[in-house]
Amino acid sequence: MGYYGKFGGAYIPEMLHRNVEELKNRYLTIMYDPKFQKSFRDLLKDYVGRPTPLYYAERLSKKYRTNIYLKREDLCHTGAHKINNTIGQILLALELGKTRIIAETGAGQHGVATATVCALKNIRCVIYMGEKDIERQAPNVARMRMLGATVIPAKSGSRTLKDATNEAIRDWINNPLDTHYIIGSVVGPHPYPDMVARFQSVISEEIMWQLKKHTGSSLPEYVVACVGGGSNAAGAFYHFLDEHNVKLVAVEAAGLGISSGYSAATTQLGTPGILHGSKSLVMQTEDGQVTEPHSISAGLDYPGIGPMHANLFESGRGEFMSATDEEALQASFEVAKLEGIIPALETGHAFSVLGKIKFKENDNVIVCLSGRGDKDLATYMKAMEKN
Amino acid sequence: MNRITELFNNKKSRILNVYCTAGYPLLNSTLEIMKALQENGADMIELGMPYSDPLADGPVIQASSARGIENGMTINKLFTDLKDFRKDIHVPVILMGYMNPALQFGFEKFCAKAAEAGIDGLILPDLPMYEYETEFGEIINKYGLKFIFLVTPETSDERINMLDRLSTGFLYAVSSSSTTGNEKSMEQQLGYFKKLQEMKLNNPVLIGFGIKNSETFNAACKYSNGAIIGTAYIKALEQNGSINSVTKNFIDGIVGK
Repeated sequence: MGYYGKFGGAYIPEMLHRNVEELKNRYLTIMYDPKFQKSFRDLLKDYVGRPTPLYYAERLSKKYRTNIYLKREDLCHTGAHKINNTIGQILLALELGKTRIIAETGAGQHGVATATVCALKNIRCVIYMGEKDIERQAPNVARMRMLGATVIPAKSGSRTLKDATNEAIRDWINNPLDTHYIIGSVVGPHPYPDMVARFQSVISEEIMWQLKKHTGSSLPEYVVACVGGGSNAAGAFYHFLDEHNVKLVAVEAAGLGISSGYSAATTQLGTPGILHGSKSLVMQTEDGQVTEPHSISAGLDYPGIGPMHANLFESGRGEFMSATDEEALQASFEVAKLEGIIPALETGHAFSVLGKIKFKENDNVIVCLSGRGDKDLATYMKAMEKN
Repeated sequence: MNRITELFNNKKSRILNVYCTAGYPLLNSTLEIMKALQENGADMIELGMPYSDPLADGPVIQASSARGIENGMTINKLFTDLKDFRKDIHVPVILMGYMNPALQFGFEKFCAKAAEAGIDGLILPDLPMYEYETEFGEIINKYGLKFIFLVTPETSDERINMLDRLSTGFLYAVSSSSTTGNEKSMEQQLGYFKKLQEMKLNNPVLIGFGIKNSETFNAACKYSNGAIIGTAYIKALEQNGSINSVTKNFIDGIVGK
């Protein structure tokens, strides 16, 4: 029933049962059909630009006295790994005979990736986005509109990603026949966490053969990725989950500091609970009301975490670290100066732990460079003014 | 005997179940509202426990939930309020809410406290059948609480029968595929209502979602044992006037006095 240890499941109202059940019964058969795989792989290659390079970062490696490889998801079409999943899900939606797509978005990256594939496949697209995020992320709102999507502000609750997700789920309840909901992360009711992880697993699949070309071994000592809901981490970890010599490092957003009251480090601050249809770790009050997280990066600004990651945390298989807003900013600036790559703020969190881990000189360390930093330029400009 | 069972034994048709949100409009208005509902003819009360992320609810009930939380309503506070409510309230009362606050409170403790206060049943829309059967149903039954499952126009006949077998109070037929307070026309759903009527279900059926006036109430009652009204009453509570007079006008308008 889609459990990872004690986390997962499908805690959904009956109104969603038929849609979720249909998806659960059919997603694996559809996904692994050779014809589907061919369409999926062809689009990843010719449209998204995969395989993305695995780049040996010489200057970073020198600084941290180890071997650092960057998995360049920032070079994907639309600028982040999000499109791996939306390509997969749009093809799946077409197989299911759906004629309308809905999605939630925080910073707008998943919204843009969804609007993109909807334009590509000529299918109606409605994106829910928190009213506050619409104000903060005007360029991405414009991109979605230019791609033909309707952007609907989520006005309930805190008017951010959590509420956009609620509104998307409510839309799905109200449109049970023609609509497919493309969730952007490894969250939501089963089968979403598993399905999204499988679509994103192309990241670790490529890492394995690319690293082998570089080093002769397909297994690194470390894979480092940032985690909000956790889709790029799920993809980067996927093929290494059972390789126990590969350390999986997940980096959460500590915001202004874990105990500041302005944080999004769910494994540190959350307790078991149910959010958006699955049981996982959730940031909430003693009374079970979900709280509003904080992170400088909208993509990590989520009060939950995918059930797979909650289980990696509980079982100790994953090593969970965190980075504050300030640490993430500094790391982004460092990568820009040392490697000539401006990463997304989300990815800045992943880079910020390089100085905190004691690597050996011959370790191979993969950092999933989940997205590029163009969308964060306003924040980076503010930071430069300050310094 | 459980008050829900007793009600359905004594009354077979035109049962009126009215929903209100705990802590709305004021933190301490809950009991006064329940009394007004009972006095003015509600046969049953569905008492909503406010939650920050009520997925199955439309904007009106969402807003009442948010207000309840802002006012300071918590499960603890609610159980304190309900300590002696059975002195005054004799109609069946069902707690409606979402799984997360109940889990956080401690699911077994939640059921124990509810039963101790004199609550008759639970509606937890995001507790699905599988988790009910494998984990939570046993606890709910242990404390003598009835559990009410929802069915929708999209629910298959086979599944309706399974949900009917598991439901212990009544079956909650959602009138259309929607969140609460929808504006979808009920006429499109007549086939679905007729089907439910002909399925010879074990449980009584109440129709809810989108019932808002005497016309929709009558239509629902034609095909079921009665109806549940939520959004329209929450809206009515925003009107000027005492809780009792607003409630009287509202219920009179529904049952056609």
